[in-house]
Amino acid sequence: MGIKSFCLKKSLWVFHFAGASCNNCDIEILDVLTPRYDVERFGIQLIGSPRHADVLLVSGSINQRDKPRLLEVYNQASKPVFVVAFGACGCTGGIFAEGNTFAGPLDQIVPVDAYIPGCPPKPEAILAGITKLVKTI
Amino acid sequence: MAEQLFYFFIYPGLLFAGIVGGLLSWFDRKITAKVQFRKGPPLLQPFYDFLKLLLVKETILPERGSKLTFLIAPLFSLIGATLSAIFILLPLLNIDIGFEGDVIVIFYLLTIPSLFYVIGALASGNPLASVGASREIKMIISYELTFLLIFAAVIMKAGMTINLQEIIQMQAGGNAFIGSISGVLLFIAGLFCVQAKLGMVPFDIAEAETELSEGSFIEYSGTAYSIIKFTKYIMLFILPALLVGFFMAGFNWEGTGILWSVLKLLAVVLLLTLIRNTNPRLKVKQVMRFFLVGMNIMVIIAIILIYFGL
Repeated sequence: MGIKSFCLKKSLWVFHFAGASCNNCDIEILDVLTPRYDVERFGIQLIGSPRHADVLLVSGSINQRDKPRLLEVYNQASKPVFVVAFGACGCTGGIFAEGNTFAGPLDQIVPVDAYIPGCPPKPEAILAGITKLVKTI
Repeated sequence: MAEQLFYFFIYPGLLFAGIVGGLLSWFDRKITAKVQFRKGPPLLQPFYDFLKLLLVKETILPERGSKLTFLIAPLFSLIGATLSAIFILLPLLNIDIGFEGDVIVIFYLLTIPSLFYVIGALASGNPLASVGASREIKMIISYELTFLLIFAAVIMKAGMTINLQEIIQMQAGGNAFIGSISGVLLFIAGLFCVQAKLGMVPFDIAEAETELSEGSFIEYSGTAYSIIKFTKYIMLFILPALLVGFFMAGFNWEGTGILWSVLKLLAVVLLLTLIRNTNPRLKVKQVMRFFLVGMNIMVIIAIILIYFGL
């Protein structure tokens, strides 16, 4: 294991992209920053600019309006960047998968590195997903 | 020549100031976590962040905007921070006695990083970055006059000497400037100026994460951003160190003096962190009023007190 991947593992900065989300997932993401779960222990931070992002956390279903914006944010992020599909809507489209504005599940738009299913996922599930993502680096 | 290069690159310049500043940055984040009842990041977290940005991430150049200025600005801010680190730390660490008038040089060198953040932000061609840059300029206009008055007051208190080494020696033997009323007023004003110079929370209007998403630094990525991070680590070390030199009799490297020196530095950083964690962000108008009216009057009162020997 080289120093590069070691440092990348130790400091993942997360940019949160909310598609057509119902905000339940967004609240659960804030939960893992609270004292009980505290992901800053592992060096994970929420940051404001996609230029600084290592992880693109996509929650909510992606509809036709979100798709170009998602692609733009993905191209703006400095590589290497990992995409995490978050929640039932992020992973598959959820109950919106058959709607006529739905623009295909996330993994058909950008390459996805990890899936965290659930509606919304529990904080424990988020930590488990992050651990699995870190193991693949 | 070799000696000067050693001063610049290794001790007490670039490498030493950066490493101590990184540890102080960890201290700042750990105390923040403790205030919020969290556990906090590991000791080497600032270095993981720095090395990740330096080695792993790609650097993206702006499509519209001046690429050269965009890349050179962080480098110049690093040079400015390192030069001021040398001029502050050489007398503080008892390596060299400095020269007559070095306090004024330090004042000018400490302005360089903020100015080059502004230039880099304007060169990136991003509208959010230019809003951040204009806010940064307004911050500079507000706090710089107060900072200059503090320097003037400290020089006056030290009997019109403009040498950092002599200012520190004036305070030897339990005569630290913070022991007097004027010293306390100056220290409070200095603390707020340092807070504004570091861009910490009540004064972080330039890089407001919630509405400007990092403001001036929004377009920086990879190596360029790692240089900015390193500059911030150095500034987090030298500005509190300057306050320790001005008001708390500097550092002392004999026996138990080492412990006291470290505690003094940590106490100043602790105060900065606690202010950061217990205050919401101010508006531009409020920051300007706070410095131009409140702090300036406080420093002028301190200067009058010094005139009467208090």
